[in-house]
Amino acid sequence: MNPTLPLSLILAYVAVLAALGSAVGALATGRLPGAKGLMFLLLGASGAAAVAAGLTALASAPAGGELPLGLPWLPWHVRLDALAGFFLMVVGVVVLAVAVYGPGYVRDFEHGQDPLSVLGAFTGLFVAGMLLVVLADDAFLFMVAWELMSLSSYFLVVYQHEQAANRRAAFLYLLMAHIGALSILLGYGVLAAFGGGFAFEAMRGAALSPLWASVAFGLAFVGFGMKAGLVPMHAWLPEAHPAAPSHISALMSGVMLKVAVYGFIRFTFDLIGQIQWQWGVVVLIIGSISALMGVLYALMQHDLKRLLAYHSVENIGIIFIGLGLGLIFLATGHPVAGVLGLIAALYHTLNHALFKSLLFLGAGAILHATHERDLERMGGLLRRMPWTGFYFLIGCISISALPPFNGFVSEWLTFQTALQSWQLSGGVLRSLIPVAAAMLALTGALAAACFVKVYGVAFLGQARSRRVRRARPVTFGMRSAQGFLALLCLLAGIFPTSLLQWLNAVPEQLLGRGLSAATAHGWLWLTPVAPEMASYSAPIVLLALVLLWWLSALVLRRGRVRQVRRCDPWDCGFTDGLPTARMQYTATAFAQPIRRVFGLLFHVDEKVEREAGGMRHQLHVGDRAWELFYVPVAQRIQALSRRVTRLQRGNVRVYLGWSLGTLLVLLWLIS
Amino acid sequence: MTANAWLLVLLQSVLFLLGAPLLVAWVRRVKARLQNRRGAAWSQPYRDLYKLFGKETLVAHTASGVFRAAPYIVFASTLLACTVVPLITVRLPSAAVADVIVLVGFLALGRFFLALAGMDVGTAFGGMGSSREMLISALAEPAMLLAVFTLAMTAHSTNLASVIDHQLASGLILRPSYLFALMGLVLVAVAETGRIPIDNPTTHLELTMIHEAMILEYSGRHLALMEWAAQLKLMLYGVLIVNVFLPWGIGTQLTLPALASGLLFVIGKLLLLGVILAVAETGLAKMRLFRAPAFLNLALLLALLGLLSNVILEAGA
Amino acid sequence: MNLVQLSLLEQAVFVLAALILFLSFTLLAQSRLVSGIHVFAWQGAVLAGATALVAASGAHHLFISAGLTLLLKALLIPWMLHRQVRKLELERHVETLPHAALVLMGGAALVIFSYWVVVPIERLELLATRNIISLSLAVVLLGLLIMVTRRQAVTQVIGFMSMENGLFLAAVAATHGMPLVVELGVAFDVLVAAVLFGVFFLHISESIDSLDTDRLNRLAVPEDEP
Repeated sequence: MNPTLPLSLILAYVAVLAALGSAVGALATGRLPGAKGLMFLLLGASGAAAVAAGLTALASAPAGGELPLGLPWLPWHVRLDALAGFFLMVVGVVVLAVAVYGPGYVRDFEHGQDPLSVLGAFTGLFVAGMLLVVLADDAFLFMVAWELMSLSSYFLVVYQHEQAANRRAAFLYLLMAHIGALSILLGYGVLAAFGGGFAFEAMRGAALSPLWASVAFGLAFVGFGMKAGLVPMHAWLPEAHPAAPSHISALMSGVMLKVAVYGFIRFTFDLIGQIQWQWGVVVLIIGSISALMGVLYALMQHDLKRLLAYHSVENIGIIFIGLGLGLIFLATGHPVAGVLGLIAALYHTLNHALFKSLLFLGAGAILHATHERDLERMGGLLRRMPWTGFYFLIGCISISALPPFNGFVSEWLTFQTALQSWQLSGGVLRSLIPVAAAMLALTGALAAACFVKVYGVAFLGQARSRRVRRARPVTFGMRSAQGFLALLCLLAGIFPTSLLQWLNAVPEQLLGRGLSAATAHGWLWLTPVAPEMASYSAPIVLLALVLLWWLSALVLRRGRVRQVRRCDPWDCGFTDGLPTARMQYTATAFAQPIRRVFGLLFHVDEKVEREAGGMRHQLHVGDRAWELFYVPVAQRIQALSRRVTRLQRGNVRVYLGWSLGTLLVLLWLIS
Repeated sequence: MTANAWLLVLLQSVLFLLGAPLLVAWVRRVKARLQNRRGAAWSQPYRDLYKLFGKETLVAHTASGVFRAAPYIVFASTLLACTVVPLITVRLPSAAVADVIVLVGFLALGRFFLALAGMDVGTAFGGMGSSREMLISALAEPAMLLAVFTLAMTAHSTNLASVIDHQLASGLILRPSYLFALMGLVLVAVAETGRIPIDNPTTHLELTMIHEAMILEYSGRHLALMEWAAQLKLMLYGVLIVNVFLPWGIGTQLTLPALASGLLFVIGKLLLLGVILAVAETGLAKMRLFRAPAFLNLALLLALLGLLSNVILEAGA
Repeated sequence: MNLVQLSLLEQAVFVLAALILFLSFTLLAQSRLVSGIHVFAWQGAVLAGATALVAASGAHHLFISAGLTLLLKALLIPWMLHRQVRKLELERHVETLPHAALVLMGGAALVIFSYWVVVPIERLELLATRNIISLSLAVVLLGLLIMVTRRQAVTQVIGFMSMENGLFLAAVAATHGMPLVVELGVAFDVLVAAVLFGVFFLHISESIDSLDTDRLNRLAVPEDEP
């Protein structure tokens, strides 16, 4: 390392080392008294350093370097440009929040049978892996870091391994992560073959024929899409994410998926270079389908963490809609709209990291306080856990894309990109893009429905079980981590223009042009293309909302009757006996009309049995992707392996015979 | 000049606040005439609001803070949505604050809290209303946005003032896409404002109500705010339909005659729309809930056809 | 933007053409037999209106075809179908369409497809109403889609007739109508077809006691069938 190392890179190294240090520190927990605190302190330092590195990188020129590691003829290259800086920041923010949240949450595990040191060590490795993926500047380091990330997260998923479901989920995750990694490796292989080296610099210079470029793109899309959880490659996600401890779920959903998005952007926009519009169409269609299917399946869940995991599929879909639009516009020669699409996707990446982590931390707080993940047993938690309830509400509003919070801004930007489609010359594209936008609108509305369900059933109404009735507020650290993320959600919602100024560095370095018009009218106005086309002023909106609320409350409090009297619920006059908790609408009941309307897309297994004591109603809503994609593949593989098992006779001499035969063939081949 | 313009925004909000109950009174009155009744007086919605504001406000024991905050949020977001729709003049500075997608967002924000409030007390009816409302809105929102996109594709803008300007500048052009978008938007408006055949604003029959089920537990000033917000929403959709699709007569300058004629024109158009609504409501019967998706599917189809005919027939290859 | 350059009359033709497409979609989604016949009649009437407008903008001989269309497709054939339906006691027949939303989306995809197909052709044309060709193709394809998705014989016939509407629209819009002799011949053909279909309906419903065409898929009736 030379002495004139740029600041951003120093900070990034600090972040990686702190994460590794946290992993080492974790090994000492249980033996040394302060080790647990040190572990989370180092994790937090890693997060803070990553944020600082990211912000510095966004404001400065790209910085590169070599690590004294790796193979003798292939040292590891690192490079920190604006794109990497942005993703470092995203990772860092969530890691920071998780580090604050962690000490309170892991208290449950301290006296359990699984040692805390395992959890801490793999968390540290996981974070270090993610940071290194973002920093990598050659395919070798990238894949090593990618594997570090995948493997350590596998151990985190399988951490609570007493339950068979967790083991099964973790295995599925491991399997799919590796199929994806293989696909990415092949993609890099194509680029390396044309570019003559594994360094990204060489790949950028590679002159690919359109066919090979498409092959590389296809491999990368499958690989990164599998990790990101695009439909139909999402099957592992709703299984694996809920299985991990909640703060790890927040990291996986909030950040790890983003690392896959980073990989896709790096591969497609940066390394391949010559974009073809057909790729954009594929990405757009898959993204729209993911968004819609994700939210529909989320609506059908009543396990809170599983529901949130399905929402990750939805949001990744929205990010890929933005990326697909960007690809289409860039390839057809409309750079302004293309950059807008990329920016919208990046903005949503940040937003999703913020609100999804917030929601997972909230779900963790509920789990910690009530040991309950099933929505049908919750209710009335807002009164037991007011702060968690308040922050969770902010998360719900943000993810439902409602103004003036952050989710709305990025969806608005995506809509604005889609509306630039009048510039396109092809009529089919021009009609396809608004249809995708309509699917995005449907997704947004369904997400709102889903979070009304979640919040209404979990936090409002009356408690449906005893454990929930006895819930206690969580520790200050856990609450403040949620508060931190909630505050960031609000800030990212009302100061989009200032944030865009930072984000602009990414397309400027990547594509050579930014979105100058968007920020041209001061921090108050967000004008993506031109002020007469569309404008949005989030600060004024928030101010007006608060002002109107305050004014109407002020006027009404001066009315003739000021007091509010508490009474029994009216409930259309059902007065004999107050309404009990069992009379409330359940999560399943809430989603029933939607299940009926979109029934075709689900695998609904509904049974009504008459028993001696009354009726029994069973309902199971399954994922169609299983029967359509996974089960046939699994059956094929099983049939194939059955054929292979014919080799297995159980006789040692037969095996030796096979070895002999193989040896002979090989010798013949090399001769 | 800008200060005057912002004063105009204030004036428009006041016009919306005062006009919304009047529009409801007009629809009710026309409907009563059509059904051979005399109907209530003009001032009845105002009197209802006044009465509710003066009454004691009851809140259930089981209700949380969301229940008490919701009426204010619903009211504020609906009123905010009203301020960005050009009512009597196109030169509205607030139109730049929020374009039409944000407008949809405001309405969604209000609906989100309305549905939460329905679930807050923990009664069966509230949850039922919320569930149904979210279903209908989930299906209506894409149709509305598609209809809006059709306009935006023609005018190359999502700013409502720009869209209307473009409409005025290009004169009378028969656009099939506008026709479809208009029909789609009308269906969406019917669904979103809870009119027949989706919901019946006057029903309290337990199993059929949607909007009423959500505000069942409200009383006093909370109820008044909810009702007022619903009236505002009706007027908002009405103004959106008449001013965007038939903008002729709206003031294009900030002069007194232009504003006065704009006011007269919009009143006339809204009265006409009210008659059409009353006739339609008298002639139609409320649908079963599970027929509502078919209704909204039609809206979606219309909006989609609007978009396609924009691409195929109007843009030119 | 070429719509702006057109005269108001031509714009009106566009609007009517778009309405015909919309009515095709309505036919596709309609589950009631009688309402389907009514929609079909409306489609004929709108087609006649479009023809009349094209006639008014110069091609005066098209007034005759407009009148013929109105008479045949909006009045006579719907009336005949209606009578058939009454005779077969199918007035209250409701055919639920499985996956209606999916079929409608398929229909929308067909519209985009037909546009995509026509784009290379329409560049060669110079007529102002050229874009209508892609709409007409879409109407034809939708008619075929109706016949594919429906099982009821009467609905299938309606789908067939609406296909013919699409062809007629294309002829009127693209070439300002076919020679009168050809048009008369086609009109006569359609009429004869309607009569023949009526006879078929009677026979089908007499022999299998239903108009469900899915029950016609056995090539030979086994002896032991009741």
